[in-house]
Amino acid sequence: MYGKGILKGLSVTWKRFWDTYTEDISWMLRGKKRYNTEEGIRHRSSKDTKGIFTVQYPEEQLIVPEEFRYVPFLVYDEGADGKKEVRCTSCGICAKVCPPQCIWIVRTNDPVTNRPVPVPTDFYIDMDICMNCGFCAEYCPFDAIKMDHDFAIASYERNVYNLNKLLKPASYYAGIRPENYAREEEARKAKEAAKAAKAEAAAATS
Amino acid sequence: MATATQTQTVDLAARFPGMVSADTRPGYTGFIVNKDNLIEVATAVRDEFGFDLMTAVTGVDYIAENKMEVVYHAFKTTGGAGLVFKVQVERVDPIEVPSLINIWPGVDFQEREAWDLYGIKFTGHPDLRRILMWEGFEGHPLRKDWKEPFYEEDVKPYKSRWPEGNHTYAEEKNPYRDNLNFPEGFDPEKFTVDKEEDLYLSLERDTAKDVDGSMKTEHIVVNMGPHHPSTHGVLRVAVTLDGETIIGLKPVMGYLHRNHDKIGERNTYLQIIPYTDRLDYFNSMSNNFGYVTTIEKLMKIQVAERAEYIRVIMAELSRVQNHLIFIGMLMNDLGTMYTPSLYAFEERELVLDIFEAVSGTRMMCNYFRFGGVVRDIPDYVLQKIKDLVFERLPAKTDEMERFLNENEVLVARLKGIHVLNAEDAIKYSVTGPVLRATGVPYDLRRADPYSIYDRFDFDVAVRHNGDMMDNYLIRFDEIRQSLRILEQALKQIPQGPINSQKAAYQVRVPAGEAYGRIESPKGELGFYVVSNGKPNPYRYHVRPASFVNLTAVESMCKGSKIADFVALLAMLDIVMGELDR
Amino acid sequence: MDNEKLSLPNYNIPQDIENVVAITTLDRLYNWGRRSSVWPLMFGLACCAIEMIAAQTARYDMARFGMEVMRPTPRQADMMLVSGTVTKKMLPSIIRLYNQMPEPKYVVAMGACASSGGPFKEGYNVVAGIDKFLPVDVYIPGCPPTPQALIAGMIKLQEKIDKESISKVRWYNKEKFDGNYVPMPLLGPDLIDVRRNTEIRDIAAKKTTQESA
Ligand code: SF4
Ligand code: SF4
Ligand code: SF4
Repeated sequence: MYGKGILKGLSVTWKRFWDTYTEDISWMLRGKKRYNTEEGIRHRSSKDTKGIFTVQYPEEQLIVPEEFRYVPFLVYDEGADGKKEVRCTSCGICAKVCPPQCIWIVRTNDPVTNRPVPVPTDFYIDMDICMNCGFCAEYCPFDAIKMDHDFAIASYERNVYNLNKLLKPASYYAGIRPENYAREEEARKAKEAAKAAKAEAAAATS
Repeated sequence: MATATQTQTVDLAARFPGMVSADTRPGYTGFIVNKDNLIEVATAVRDEFGFDLMTAVTGVDYIAENKMEVVYHAFKTTGGAGLVFKVQVERVDPIEVPSLINIWPGVDFQEREAWDLYGIKFTGHPDLRRILMWEGFEGHPLRKDWKEPFYEEDVKPYKSRWPEGNHTYAEEKNPYRDNLNFPEGFDPEKFTVDKEEDLYLSLERDTAKDVDGSMKTEHIVVNMGPHHPSTHGVLRVAVTLDGETIIGLKPVMGYLHRNHDKIGERNTYLQIIPYTDRLDYFNSMSNNFGYVTTIEKLMKIQVAERAEYIRVIMAELSRVQNHLIFIGMLMNDLGTMYTPSLYAFEERELVLDIFEAVSGTRMMCNYFRFGGVVRDIPDYVLQKIKDLVFERLPAKTDEMERFLNENEVLVARLKGIHVLNAEDAIKYSVTGPVLRATGVPYDLRRADPYSIYDRFDFDVAVRHNGDMMDNYLIRFDEIRQSLRILEQALKQIPQGPINSQKAAYQVRVPAGEAYGRIESPKGELGFYVVSNGKPNPYRYHVRPASFVNLTAVESMCKGSKIADFVALLAMLDIVMGELDR
Repeated sequence: MDNEKLSLPNYNIPQDIENVVAITTLDRLYNWGRRSSVWPLMFGLACCAIEMIAAQTARYDMARFGMEVMRPTPRQADMMLVSGTVTKKMLPSIIRLYNQMPEPKYVVAMGACASSGGPFKEGYNVVAGIDKFLPVDVYIPGCPPTPQALIAGMIKLQEKIDKESISKVRWYNKEKFDGNYVPMPLLGPDLIDVRRNTEIRDIAAKKTTQESA
């Protein structure tokens, strides 16, 4: 019969349409909120999602996984007196590995000895070139540069970020990537402990 | 294993003494053919030795030896190892090499590309125009002595970035304060713009003449694109129409030519990986896969066992979502605006969620590294993949089929509309689902297995009519087969390290050449890399599936209606990022 | 109509008619109308275009902002979303499309490539940012910006629209407004921006003398 195939197709659309309401009603009957709750958003991104699929940004936001990356930022530790202790040692590895070469680092030289000091005088990333590849964060040996989760950075101007604009506290980093942060802290503590043990041993033998 | 393509089964040098010699440079394979005997040897390669599929043709500029080389990679559609042969000519203009277009018509676009980017003249090529750049562009950009306007140094990393990296825009270093470079003494006012006469001449030459007895009608030339809602990106096609029938057609491309090869040769090996993401931007995982297998071949390293499985899982997931989008987009082109593609994108979003969780981004994954992958799949993601593969995707594929397959309008638009027959498809070096829909079971995962595909039990999807319906249905078959592979891979995936190498931002790649290829969702994706032992590749070439498949478009669409043309183009499943690079 | 957004915050409306009356200025009404129906030109260039399409689909659904009406013809479009790498070969077509768009028109540079050439900036066929030719209203960094980032950029554009005033906008100012026409660049040995002809000739000539000296 001509038209059977079309009707069959329409039944799929109809079912989808119907699902929208049954799904909402079933959530309501279970006394749960489907919208604007984490549970609801998670369910909408799971294998069981049915009916409305939209996550209504900006009221709701998709829950991004920990590894999500957008643009890079620099991590600083908060010192005792609120001083920013920049982790970056301006070793230059990120600038070397960056594929479109959009990282610019000015290394600090000691005014007296003229030897390099391990802090950057300035640090630029041209966000309009950065390809969000994550290499800089991957290869930085000091966990000083990380990829951000914040994507709402549209602006009316071109974006060249300097050191000031790039710096974010370690607590922020811990917030967006708790697992990575914990792992790195552990590794760092282990390293320091090993160093201390070594120093102790060296002190004992001498 | 992947190295199978490198072993030589044919001894051309013995068959043609004095005309062919083995390539003895360390790390190189294949044969060097005398320029004057090229046609003779190539004919024998096709007819005597049975290498019917000429996949890759490209140039290499050996400036130190003052040589220009053309490299040919020929394969058999029955599978197995390939044959590499090269022609070397003096690097003095005019550089001339005989064209092989009469032996393998599939070399058409690739020879034009070599002409455009290297200035190698292929004598006997009937239509040797620039292909990626426009007519009138100054120079041949891939030559080693050609420098782009924003040239800084030969290779990255650039010294200006560190330790005294005060930010400067690249524009400030260029005299024109922009990405521009003009020949000396150039005067823009005394200059005449190219009117693209060559294009229209060649279109006219290849236009079918009026059939006897048919009504005398006036032909019109129509340009579709580069901005056109149904050309899948910035492709332009110039067509000659007789009423509604296409009687002549020339694709014009290069509107997204992003100089992938040139930038690749400036990059280090590692830095290329994120650039490959942007080739076929639907399938960054497959692109990564192709590139790293090529470099691993050069480096002769093993891939960690778990990583092999992760790679296959990612590549197959990528294929599933690519085909789903293909179906959605095809429906858009046929006029069912949006509903099917909305459904397809829904599943795609779920697959992209997985990519995002393992790699960090939805589209530009940058997930593969030499020897493995960058990070392990967390358990919860593995569970998510299983949920999708075992439950959701099969059900949704069925639903999609129920939704569309029997739709009378769809059937009327697709059934019996001829795309290609097997002979033509091979002739034009078409690969991928389009070739398989003509009845040729040529799938690199079987024909020349790479990675661990030889461990999985799956069928090569084949259909036999070569019409649009088959081209459409074969996508569903492939989704099912991919799901089959995924099921096995997910059951078998072992624990263990995910990279056999230490993480390092500089890799050592021994000198030599390698051609690696994988079955990307669009066809054969090949990478030809020449290393000279330095941290940057000497030659880096991509053999994109879309680009070569498009060679067939002219013969495919002649005689069809203009309305079908849009769907025919969709069948080829081209993506501009890969086509133009 | 969204009372909250429309009514002036510092005007007291008697409580009993609060639900029936909305007070606004002409500017607000004008901008509210425009911001809620920004029709983009259906126009994709590269990888970013795929994310633009994704933003139109079910999960992100730009229709909520009145931006789902992708117009294939520039005559009906309000916004050009430059979504991807602008190549020199493509540029003349883009400029032509822009010139064909009626005012008011906005240009959004989506992604690194459109903003400044992005990862392909060093390429010989790549325009280092569409802002060399067109006035860009919003830049969205990212490669590619995720659909949510794109929507964030669109909200930014809406904010910009909100600040405009009907008495000052350029397209009603008959004396000063020159149509915002951008002359078409030409494809010669390289891309020729005809506005810079003399400059190009001078530099090209200087280069000869420099090199021969
Ligand atoms: S961010 Fe890391 S890699 Fe980059 S210079 Fe600082 S310490 Fe080195
Ligand atoms: S994310 Fe990639 S492109 Fe961006 S700054 Fe880091 S290394 Fe460079
Ligand atoms: S910004 Fe990135 S994703 Fe967008 S077009 Fe450029 S390379 Fe592609």
